Amino acid sequence: MFDVYHPTKKELFQIMDNEGKVINKEWFPKIDDSTLLKAYKELVFARAADLMIVSYQRQGRIYTYPPGYGQEAVSEAVAVQMKKEDWVVPAFRELPLYLAKGASLKDVFKFYMGDEKGAGWSNAKNMLPISVPIATQLPHAVGLGYSLKYNKKDNVVYAFVGDGGTSTGDFHEAMNFAAVWKVPVVFIVQNNQFAISVPFETQTGTDTIAIKSVAYGMPGLRVDGNDFFAMYKAIEQASEHARSGKGAVLIEAVTYRRGAHTTSDDPYKYRTKEEEELWEKKDPVKRLKAYLITNKLWTEEEDDRHIKACKKEVDKLFIETEQELSYELDEVFDHLYSELPDDLEKQKARYKAFLEWKAKRK
Amino acid sequence: MKIMNMVKAINDALDLKLKEDKSIVVYGEDVGVEGGVFRVTEGLQQKHGADRVFDSPLAESTIIGSAIGMAVAGMRPVVEIQFSGFAYPAFDQMVSHLARMRNRTRGKYTTPAVVRMPYGGGINALEMHSESMEAFYGHTPGLKVVIPSTPYDAKGLLVSAIESEDPVIFMEPKRIYRAIKQEVPEELYSIPIGKAKVVSPGTDITVVAYGAMVREAQKAAALAEKEGISVELIDLRTIYPLDRETIVESVKKTGRVAVVAEGPTTFGVGAEITALVNEGAFLSMEAPPKRITGFDTLVPYPQGEHFYMQSPEKILFEIIDTMNY
Repeated sequence: MFDVYHPTKKELFQIMDNEGKVINKEWFPKIDDSTLLKAYKELVFARAADLMIVSYQRQGRIYTYPPGYGQEAVSEAVAVQMKKEDWVVPAFRELPLYLAKGASLKDVFKFYMGDEKGAGWSNAKNMLPISVPIATQLPHAVGLGYSLKYNKKDNVVYAFVGDGGTSTGDFHEAMNFAAVWKVPVVFIVQNNQFAISVPFETQTGTDTIAIKSVAYGMPGLRVDGNDFFAMYKAIEQASEHARSGKGAVLIEAVTYRRGAHTTSDDPYKYRTKEEEELWEKKDPVKRLKAYLITNKLWTEEEDDRHIKACKKEVDKLFIETEQELSYELDEVFDHLYSELPDDLEKQKARYKAFLEWKAKRK
Repeated sequence: MKIMNMVKAINDALDLKLKEDKSIVVYGEDVGVEGGVFRVTEGLQQKHGADRVFDSPLAESTIIGSAIGMAVAGMRPVVEIQFSGFAYPAFDQMVSHLARMRNRTRGKYTTPAVVRMPYGGGINALEMHSESMEAFYGHTPGLKVVIPSTPYDAKGLLVSAIESEDPVIFMEPKRIYRAIKQEVPEELYSIPIGKAKVVSPGTDITVVAYGAMVREAQKAAALAEKEGISVELIDLRTIYPLDRETIVESVKKTGRVAVVAEGPTTFGVGAEITALVNEGAFLSMEAPPKRITGFDTLVPYPQGEHFYMQSPEKILFEIIDTMNY
């Protein structure tokens, strides 16, 4: 497949069109109906949560949040086929994947409400925290990949970054190390067209991101990231490549950030409504839904019911999180080192003395 | 016991730990085949295999970044940054991730990696090969910073660093890599991180030094002795966590303190020690704390480096000044 869609051909790998019609039967993935429906339901859940978090932010109930609205299929394609022991190295727009990996939406809420207890994904196994400094997580993926190879495990690492992240030194270094060390890492670039306000053309002199794989000496593929089937197939092939000991793969998922960069951003400073409408037609959830309905796997009624149920569940989890929220002074200190150094012990004790003094003063 | 210099002692610590613990890997630029530009890892690849001791591509950020990934996955990477002056591209990885992973995941993921880097001046090297920027790392919450001054300490402290559950920046005074030889046990032993050592007791002034400056301070103490000044010399061994108690107890006895360090004076280790003796031994002080530390300049190229480096005479000059206060 990587030869057929070789990055030098600059083709976009697609399986279905904007109306959910299959246009590339040859590469249509083997995926059973129940898995497909599960994937769709997870996409819808993630989207409902994503949109609701933005509204909670507007209500002042959560701090800055970077929505993944419009990009969900990229993560979901990994979510439905990764193995339990595979590693996930997120950037910060992979909500469906966090949940599929075993994180709770409450972890996400806590992180964006400003509580570290959400950062480590309480119950999820083998997933690093969200990475705020752009692309700095990619070298970690290389190290995780080395550990898998060293311990002779047939797992892979899925590492995410955005189009802006490909400009960093860490992107280059990680790609290069991964190729030299031949580690099982699938790098997934979510090319959502903008790094905050800076468009793709300002980010790189190449026509695509996938083409960079050629220079690193690894397979690369440019995929329609809003086409769930194409993304699924791409991840399937990349995973197989990495799992079988052939080394790393670079996937460029062409998508669009339909929301703002974060809740603090105003996209109309740098893009037009017309452009947004154009991408609305390519929306991944809409396209997969159209496929499901055409193929009689899903109905509008079921869809309405599911969306309502998702919203109810999200709101329930959010309210529970609000009620559970707590932060003790000890938490500031107690996780920095394996044992609390004397200096920190004293600083903590001094603050407690201040609190006692303050309480008596009233 | 065997006579070893610091290069051999560090090599020995790595060798014994590699033998003992299969989760340890050692890598960096030129570390594998060549055994490092200072030959610290010489022979280790032949002994332990190329999947455990190896060369990495030339990129500091991902040397440390990949070590973070390995450590999270349960390995114990010991990486080498060829010179501390080359560590800056990796500063982001050290500050943003190596130091923070435990805290931000509330202890779920940890990064017990060791970053070895030769540091310090006095070897007539090219620029970027002479600085002492330990204060950067000491100022970074989440890191431990260790600096040995002898072959014996280097081996024992490195063993502790490798066994530490926290990330350790292990800075090696390259000026004395081969200059000091002493008897070192051939077996494994460890020296605790966070504990300073009283090198020689004295009554008039406490001199705190570390790394290559311990030897200079020892020579200065001998000169001071001839002037009738009794120096209590403390080797810090660890920059963070700082052994405040040993310093404070000593200064309570002597009433005076001088810090000898190579790095720039302002905001340096000497500043922290000045603060801690003021906090802990204020009423015992007979004179203000003295910093015998680097100018707030760049380390000059070799032609001017002697102006910058601390010498026994320079240290004596400042000790006498403090005694005469």
